[in-house]
Amino acid sequence: MTLIIDGLTAIFLALGVFLAFTGALGTLRFPDLYTRLHASSITDTLASFMILFGLMLQAGLTLISVKLLLIFLFLWYTSPASSHALIRAAYLNRLPARLIRRPNKETPPSKP
Amino acid sequence: MFSYLRSLSIGLLVFWLLLSGYWDNGLLLLLGVLSMLLVVYLAGRIERYYPLRSLANPRTLLRLPAYWAWLFVEVVKSNIDVARRIWFPRRYPISPVLEQVPMTQTTRLGRTIYANSITLTPGTISVRIMPDSKLLVHALTHQGMDDLKAGEMDRRVTAMGEQ
Repeated sequence: MTLIIDGLTAIFLALGVFLAFTGALGTLRFPDLYTRLHASSITDTLASFMILFGLMLQAGLTLISVKLLLIFLFLWYTSPASSHALIRAAYLNRLPARLIRRPNKETPPSKP
Repeated sequence: MFSYLRSLSIGLLVFWLLLSGYWDNGLLLLLGVLSMLLVVYLAGRIERYYPLRSLANPRTLLRLPAYWAWLFVEVVKSNIDVARRIWFPRRYPISPVLEQVPMTQTTRLGRTIYANSITLTPGTISVRIMPDSKLLVHALTHQGMDDLKAGEMDRRVTAMGEQ
């Protein structure tokens, strides 16, 4: 039984580390701040969930798991606020965004 | 209003017990009750000037867990999509786009939930609230923007705010 739980923990932690690395790679690969924020939100959402869930499996049904669950909830509540503050500040300061127009261009992108 | 403060105090007590973990230490329990009473007193003063009902329908809070489950699946799906575009940029190219999306929520809480859900999902970030109940959204791909404009998330958030 402990073997199964340890194995699941290892899988979840490895997935979390892989996703966190993916987010870091994305912030290097994407062209401007707006697109880089999309990459960093991978680290904020699913990577943090995978790592916290792996730790929850180790803690079992204890108060520590409850605290890990609360950390998870607060992370998912606060990370959109920080992303939004960042992208709103960039937009209001007229940081140019690299956009790709739609092929039929029915709706032109709006300017600040 | 009374039932709101009563459920708030029960919730705060449970929160304290879960965080502290000491359930048989008299001093800590007393301190927990005291801080609970202080917070409920302050919340009651706020309630007099800015009632909860003016911000949101309290039923929204009860419908949140079902919405979280749906949102979690959406977040996982879009995580996979964005991760794919990071690892294989040639096969899955990005096409960033900045457009206005209509929103049908009327309450402040409903709008906050909708904008936060958009930002939480990788691939779409809400930038600003525009006039005429529109939301300026930056999306990583045209596909992601089209999925958002199909309006399933908008419908679900609006349904949570109904009586």
